[in-house]
Amino acid sequence: MDIAKIDQIIEKHRGKAGDLIHVLMEIQHENHWLPRDVLHQIAAALDIPFSRVLRIATLYKTFSLTPKGRNEVHVCTGISCHLRGANKLLDAVERATGIKPGETDANRRFSLETGSCLGSCSLGPEIIVNGTHHARMTPAKVEDVLKEYQ
Amino acid sequence: MTRLQSAAALEQLRAGILSSRDPAKPCIAVCAGAACHGLDSARVANAFQTEVGKLGPDAGLEVRVTGCHGYCEKGPNVVIDPEGICYFEVKPEDVPEIIACTLKKEVVERLVYAHPDTGEKAIYIGEVPFYKHQMRLLIGDNTRIDPMRIDDYLAVGGYGALAKALFQMTPDGVLEEVKKANLRGRGGGGFPAGLKWETAKNAPGKDKYVIVNAHEGEPGAFMDRALFTGNPHKVLEGLIIGAYAIGSHRGFIYTRHDAPQLIQHIEQALAQAEEYGLLGENILGSGFDFRVEVHFDVGIFVSGESSALMRSIEGLPPEPRPKYIRTSVAGIWDKPSNLNNVETWANVPQIISRGADWYAGIGTEGSKGTKLVSLSGNVVNSGVVEVPMGTPLRKIVYDIGGGIAGGKAAKAVHFGGPMGGSIPASLIDAPLDFDELAKLGAPIGAGGLLVMDEDTDMVDVARYFLEFLTNESCGKCVPCREGMRQTLKVLTNITKGKGREGDIARLEDLNDVTGAACLCALGRTASDPLKSMLRYFKVEYETQIARGSEGKGGKAAGSAAT
Amino acid sequence: MSEVVMQIDGKEVKAGDDMTVLQAARAAGIHIPTLCHHEKLEPFGACRMCMVEVETRGRKNYVVSCLYPVAKDLVVRTRSERVDKIRRVILEELLAHAPNSPELVELAREYGADRDRFDKDPSFCILCGLCVRYCAEVKQKNAVDFIERGALREISFIPEIAAKECWECQECFALCPTSYAQAAYFLTEALAFPGRRKASAPSTTTS
Repeated sequence: MDIAKIDQIIEKHRGKAGDLIHVLMEIQHENHWLPRDVLHQIAAALDIPFSRVLRIATLYKTFSLTPKGRNEVHVCTGISCHLRGANKLLDAVERATGIKPGETDANRRFSLETGSCLGSCSLGPEIIVNGTHHARMTPAKVEDVLKEYQ
Repeated sequence: MTRLQSAAALEQLRAGILSSRDPAKPCIAVCAGAACHGLDSARVANAFQTEVGKLGPDAGLEVRVTGCHGYCEKGPNVVIDPEGICYFEVKPEDVPEIIACTLKKEVVERLVYAHPDTGEKAIYIGEVPFYKHQMRLLIGDNTRIDPMRIDDYLAVGGYGALAKALFQMTPDGVLEEVKKANLRGRGGGGFPAGLKWETAKNAPGKDKYVIVNAHEGEPGAFMDRALFTGNPHKVLEGLIIGAYAIGSHRGFIYTRHDAPQLIQHIEQALAQAEEYGLLGENILGSGFDFRVEVHFDVGIFVSGESSALMRSIEGLPPEPRPKYIRTSVAGIWDKPSNLNNVETWANVPQIISRGADWYAGIGTEGSKGTKLVSLSGNVVNSGVVEVPMGTPLRKIVYDIGGGIAGGKAAKAVHFGGPMGGSIPASLIDAPLDFDELAKLGAPIGAGGLLVMDEDTDMVDVARYFLEFLTNESCGKCVPCREGMRQTLKVLTNITKGKGREGDIARLEDLNDVTGAACLCALGRTASDPLKSMLRYFKVEYETQIARGSEGKGGKAAGSAAT
Repeated sequence: MSEVVMQIDGKEVKAGDDMTVLQAARAAGIHIPTLCHHEKLEPFGACRMCMVEVETRGRKNYVVSCLYPVAKDLVVRTRSERVDKIRRVILEELLAHAPNSPELVELAREYGADRDRFDKDPSFCILCGLCVRYCAEVKQKNAVDFIERGALREISFIPEIAAKECWECQECFALCPTSYAQAAYFLTEALAFPGRRKASAPSTTTS
């Protein structure tokens, strides 16, 4: 965890209560998770109640209060992907990674999320790993795709 | 670049840009829209740029990386202008051949469109069935614009409407024109934009805000992103014109955090517009000041609801406010705030430059203009489609969409995502019209049209939408949080073969109260998909419930695909 | 502040023009049930029990009276078949979580709500937010707040703050219609900062 970087981000928004979501986003992006004492630090710097910081941090799936894996696997479960078989794809991904959506495996290799609609419905069903699209997936292709990600 | 200080300066600049461009010079437009990007169009674009670069400054053709062309199913898409030759499913290996053929004014036959049944080929954009039946007033420019270059937008006439509004019309005049055009909101509400503008304009207080709702959260809807990412200036121009009409000097663009390309394009557009004097202080020397800031959500559907969105801009949890005081009167920080969807704003420049009468000549009595539709699901040609209001759904699904994938029969089409409804295939001649579709129980919503084939389980579809909404509900009010929880339980049990007697009555009761008592539109419309199911597909529900004792539910949607 | 004349349940009512329908009704002695409302707190609009039928210029609408502003010639009905149905179903949904809450049980009797209509989900919290809002608005300590969203929403005592503030205060406990607030506090104490009472108790030995 790059403490200096985090401090820098928080300083940029000192005193600006309305920037809470921006601060959390930047730190999540930088650090891949939000440690509790960082949340306290944010509350103090932005002069807002800690409970609000916690509330917003738990409200959104984007923010993680526990460390995430090295590879973030996202299975699109939008309606179009759903109609094209996303459920079966998700089952295959769960089997291959050993975790369920919202979880991270013990070796911190994978974090799994589902969610809707990333706007590329013609590619469905798809999984996105670390921002890379794997389009028109089938359960059979899952092992090969995930193998590349250590 | 000195900031433009008059309408004449803008026209002079435009003339300069056009005269420096050779309209006969071939331009290879490579689509970098979301789907094409996911199919690796970046490598195709790089290959083109490298190969053309090798030919030196007198190459005789250029490459342009553009936003979404629309035919997402067949990406990566490439269009050769000025002829409008369309190449589909282009790979990096195809690049040298395309370049060679383009220079010789020949066509690469194997990459053009071929009808899946007849094999009949269509080379030009005006002949390809997918494009032929559309009226691409908004998205048509995407193939001609590199979103990172404002000059491309100027070359197709951009910001001419803004100049006309600022110098030839009064704010009231602009407002009247938009009212006369009967532009209705494209985000889902269908509310007359002109009236909303007027409410904000007349609300007490001198600080007024205008907002672009670019938080496209409806599953299956991707046209706002296609339009905004591909042509950010068109939306921006509409926003500035609207701000002028309302008397607002501060605008907000609210978008999704997980669309980095969109955010990059928006920020570039804002910077370039500012540089050219089309945004910021003293726009085009008119004395009108207007600045814009960008905010984004963090991943919750309810942030798309206008009052929740405004809370989010204020840095608060996105909980919708009861609408007894309209946000156009008291919105962000309790100031009059006019919020409109991306597509709504994008319609404004053409209304100003070509007039309300022209605009009102397109569409139906109650629904004017064209509508962007995200066509997806069990359809052959998925993508972004633009058609005049009033177009029969059959035309969209069959003529443009190419019919049902896998040669199956259509069962239903669904509009409006989790806040809309399904209508059976027998009603497919219904027109694309706000009021007509609302009457049928499938309101247009944002314009996501989902096509469902004969194997679709309609109980599962309703269950799906409810599951989506229970995950996205803010959880504040009882009828939404609890009503949806209980409805989801009943539907899940039915799909698992555990339906019980009295389930339909339970569902109807829950639906009734959820629809009547919820705090915001998310909750109030949560019951709509199920309502449409019980209206048109009740027998299917009763059958699945009856199967309860046998322990075998219906086939879940999607199990037909491997 | 001027006066406004309106009608509630057929009775003519005069109200200050900055009042809500609920305030006007209470001032006139007309009862409207509420679960998430409290005089000392900003109206919340979450429980929806106070929904009433309003008619203005011939159009009927269903609104929450705790937030809806009074208006000249507004016609309000605090009971009707529709209003009662809304209240009944809301109660049934809440009874699935807290079937023995005295307040809910009494309302259930009045509106004919069946506590067994929906499958039980014994969270005991109806998320009225009284504890959260009281701690934020009146005590300004923010020791307890909502976390998560949708069906996963719950209240949470924040150990770092609760350890310092709650034992001396305990004012939110009395507001809770289901007694969940105090249960949640004590559970948090037991797990996150046990030994608080031993630390503050006088030094006597106990068997």
